[in-house]
Amino acid sequence: MGGFTGRDVLSIADFSRKDIEVVLKAAKKMVPIARGEKANRTLEGRILSTLFFEPSTRTRLSFESAMKRLGGDVVAFGPIEASSIVKGETLADTIRMVESYSDAIVLRHPQEGAARLAAEFTERPVINAGDGAGQHPTQTLLDLFTIWDQRGGIDGAKIALVGDLRYGRTVHSLTYALCSFDVELTFVAPAGLQMPKEVAEHVRAQGIPLAVTEDLPKVVPNLDVLYITRIQKERFPDPQEYAKVAGTYRIDAEVLRGAKKSLIVLHPLPRVDEIAPEVDATPHARYFEQAFNGVPVRMALLSLIFGGAP
Amino acid sequence: MRDLKVTPIKNGTVIDHIPTGMALKVLRVLGITGDVNSTVSVLMHVPSKQRGWKDIVKVEDRELNPKELSKIALIAPDATINIIRNYNVAEKHTVALPDRAVGILRCANPNCITNSREPVESVFLVRSKEPLRVRCQYCDRELEDVAGHIL
Ligand SMILES: [Zn+2]
Repeated sequence: MGGFTGRDVLSIADFSRKDIEVVLKAAKKMVPIARGEKANRTLEGRILSTLFFEPSTRTRLSFESAMKRLGGDVVAFGPIEASSIVKGETLADTIRMVESYSDAIVLRHPQEGAARLAAEFTERPVINAGDGAGQHPTQTLLDLFTIWDQRGGIDGAKIALVGDLRYGRTVHSLTYALCSFDVELTFVAPAGLQMPKEVAEHVRAQGIPLAVTEDLPKVVPNLDVLYITRIQKERFPDPQEYAKVAGTYRIDAEVLRGAKKSLIVLHPLPRVDEIAPEVDATPHARYFEQAFNGVPVRMALLSLIFGGAP
Repeated sequence: MRDLKVTPIKNGTVIDHIPTGMALKVLRVLGITGDVNSTVSVLMHVPSKQRGWKDIVKVEDRELNPKELSKIALIAPDATINIIRNYNVAEKHTVALPDRAVGILRCANPNCITNSREPVESVFLVRSKEPLRVRCQYCDRELEDVAGHIL
């Protein structure tokens, strides 16, 4: 896709490997600014709108922090404002209105395809912060950044995606993005929550080595990256069935006993029972770094979109 | 040539080489539901030189527009369209599936933004023509039952 200035960020599928690497390198430079160790005002005078039709406080605050760390400003429309705007109004009209308040728009919306539609009704860049069960590209970029940064690269990694692989959009997007790299993948999910067929088909078509299993402890010793997601109770009609699965897909010291020293464990947070608190103190735990990385990655994207590449 | 049991039409459109069994779907796509003012002839299960059997639809006093042709292409990719004027074939078309099907299919995903009251037409990207596989440009979902979602 090449140049970033003025570009929409709608789907990770629009990002080539080169594009991803540009973002990762830019994000690395943003880390000290994100930590407040260095000051930066490159986005001074710019205004970002955050338009959230459903609550996602972490994502919204992460964008706000990113914009403000670069000296820019934010106009926030939370779910309440968004819904009062929207009474009977189309998203297309809302976007045309918000356009006049800002230089770029971050959109979170409960319906799939909302961000692509929004982008058609404004000249301003639109950043998709999650559309229904669809895309959430900045989450994927921060996941990639964490793997890249913690390992010093993505190529060569043996990566397992664990948990609810069927409904978890995070793992779908991450899988597609990882196919641009030279990795080996393992999908670990309980029956009924396996990765959708078309995702697995895509992985194989890209020539990426892929293993599919229900047995988590067996694959752990071989892994460089273990990415676990939440299994939602609501997916199970039977609470006992849920309890059984939740117990099986839980990372604790016992599961990690045979792991490589360098194994990193990631989780998009918030976690419930998927990772025992005892894991937090181990060198494997990188999910808090991952959460922090949302800020430098979004800073990188904003600064690229506004044409002020570092 | 075998007698097709239907006399030639004076003005209108002949849709030939419809896969056998699909003629009624073609009628539905054209909005022909019974309340018509001109003759519509439907031939089902007619011998075909190319593929054994076929259906034919003849619609008098009507010429199909490009959007209707795209819709027919979705269910009858090998159909030929003859526009008849004064008993002569004035135009001959083969239908062609475009790479993007715009405004002719409804997304099966109820949570897709195109199924809301938004001022956009649906857009489907044709991923493969044989077998037909299309994907919604907005929600990325593949549409399973294409014939059942023609607008
Ligand atoms: Zn759709």
